[in-house]
This record gives sequence, structure tokens and C-alpha cells, in this order.
Amino acid sequence: MRLSQSPAVKTGLSISVATGLYGISFGALAVSSGLTFWQTVALSALMFTGGSQFAFIGVIAGGGAGSAAFGAATLLGVRNIIYGMQMNAMARPRGWRKAAAAHVTIDESTATAIVQQDLAESRRGFWTAGLGIFILWNAFTVAGALLGDALGDPKAWGLDGAAVAAFLALLWPRLKSREPVAIAVVCALATVLVVPLVPPGVPILVAALVAGVWGWVGHRAEEPAA
Amino acid sequence: MSLWWWVLAACVVAYLSKLSGYLVPARILDKPRMGRVAAALTIGLLASLTAVNTFASGQQLVLDARVGALVAAAIALVLRAPFLVVVIAGAAAAALLRWTGMP
Repeated sequence: MRLSQSPAVKTGLSISVATGLYGISFGALAVSSGLTFWQTVALSALMFTGGSQFAFIGVIAGGGAGSAAFGAATLLGVRNIIYGMQMNAMARPRGWRKAAAAHVTIDESTATAIVQQDLAESRRGFWTAGLGIFILWNAFTVAGALLGDALGDPKAWGLDGAAVAAFLALLWPRLKSREPVAIAVVCALATVLVVPLVPPGVPILVAALVAGVWGWVGHRAEEPAA
Repeated sequence: MSLWWWVLAACVVAYLSKLSGYLVPARILDKPRMGRVAAALTIGLLASLTAVNTFASGQQLVLDARVGALVAAAIALVLRAPFLVVVIAGAAAAALLRWTGMP
């Protein structure tokens, strides 16, 4: 099959554009949270997993320590282990391709791969989305970081409101049934309750503990995969 | 300088997380419980980050223009707006409320 005729490649390309574009909001928010231009660029190039990147700067913006930012970003990256296992079974990369595949294993590339009808299409979808997003996400991060630096006072432009919206938008698609909604509400409440009691950044780790225990002991029937 | 170390450490660990999925034999991690923990962690952390960024200012809880951003973003999401539009709606709401004098 010609690549241009592959539905998986088309899906991968449109997801790349949609996802890559919001690198601009990451770049702008990262510099307004207090990271330097190069720290912002390093996060997109080396960490390259949007949720964890937003978590890292979200903790820093709230006055949290680097260690708490590290903890939140790392815990949010745990789902990538599962994605890695799924992609290893589907894309079956060998040698250096395995190391490269791991780096572009994220929500969107995994999602593009698992909805395809056969393994060859899954592989095309995974690589198109993974590499496409990597290129655009990094390019738009640079643009956003330059823009954020030029804006001056981030609050006057509502950039702290933009961060709130970004987190809610990342959460939203996961709230498809009652149990995820319950987890979200309980963790948000736990967070708000402990904010006055512990140093900034730590409330997020408390919520992670609550969620982790919930997932570990939850005996509810598996939600059907959406 | 010390923030640089946390940035780099978080990057290294994020990559090792991804890579471990490719290296660990599937039967060790491929249990429903592991999937449940990962899914719950993701939801819990994102909910917590939303709450912190809306209501926390250091160790204080405050109601300010960011609440307007939360509401605007929720409305945009209900209307199925794409990610970037949701983010812009949040920023615009916060900026507008500040312009009217809200903290």
C-alpha cells in the first residue's frame, strides 16, 4: 500500500497537527511558570509526554519544589509503561528502533495504533503519529516559549487560567463513566483539603497516593475499554 | 541550577518508564490490576493538578479569576471544542475577569 493511501497515516497526520499545535500553550505556560527557555525546550525534546510536562510546570507554577515536580511528572508517566507493552506487541520494533519507538510512545501514538484493523496499519499509524507529533510539538514549544517570554506579566493575559483549562481538557476525555468521575472528584477534594497543611506540590502527590490505592484495591468490574 | 537537575532527572525517568514497557516480559506487568492503577493514577493526578491550579496560591486556598477560567473551560469542553480552543477560552476568561478588577 502506498503511504498516502493508508488511513492510519492520514489519522496519524491529523492527530500530529492537532496535538503539535498545543505545544504552543505548553511553551508559553512553561516560561511563565518560571522555567527558562532551555529548560522548556529540554522538557519537550527529552521528556516528550505532554501530561507529565504540564504536571512538572504546574507544580513549579504553584511554588512547589523541583522534587515534587519530578514526583508528579514521573507518576503521570506510569501509564506509558502500559502503552509501551501494547506497542511492543503491535509494532514489534527491533534494535535501535525499539529505543526510538519508546521515546514516541505517548497517549496519541498509542491511540492511533490500537484503533487500526491490522498490525501493518497499526505500525504505520504509530510511527506517523509519534514522529509527527514529536516534530510539531517541539517546534511549537519553541514558538510558545518565545511568545511567553515576550508577553510580560502572565497573569494579565490569563495564562494561569490557561493552565487550569489545559489540565481540565487533559482530564475530560478520561471521564467516560462513573468510576473515573468518582476518582477525579475524590482526588480533587483530597488535594484542596491538604493544600493548607503541606508544602506546595505535595498535595498532588497525596492525590496520586489516593488514586493509586483506589486502583490497587478497586474490585469493581473492569470498565469496558472505550 | 538545581531545577535543571530535576528537569533532567524527570526526563530520564520518563524515558525509562516508556522503555520498560518494551523490555519487560508482558506477563509480568500485563495484569488488570496494573492497568487499573495506571488509569486511576492518571485521572487522580490530572484532577489534582486542575484543583491546585484553580484554587491554590502557595499554601492558601483562594477564589480568584482562575475559577472563571475553570468554568469557561468546562463550557468549551461540553461544546466539544478542540484542546487549543479550550485553553484560549480559559485564558480569555481569566484575563477578562482581571480586567474587570477581580484578583
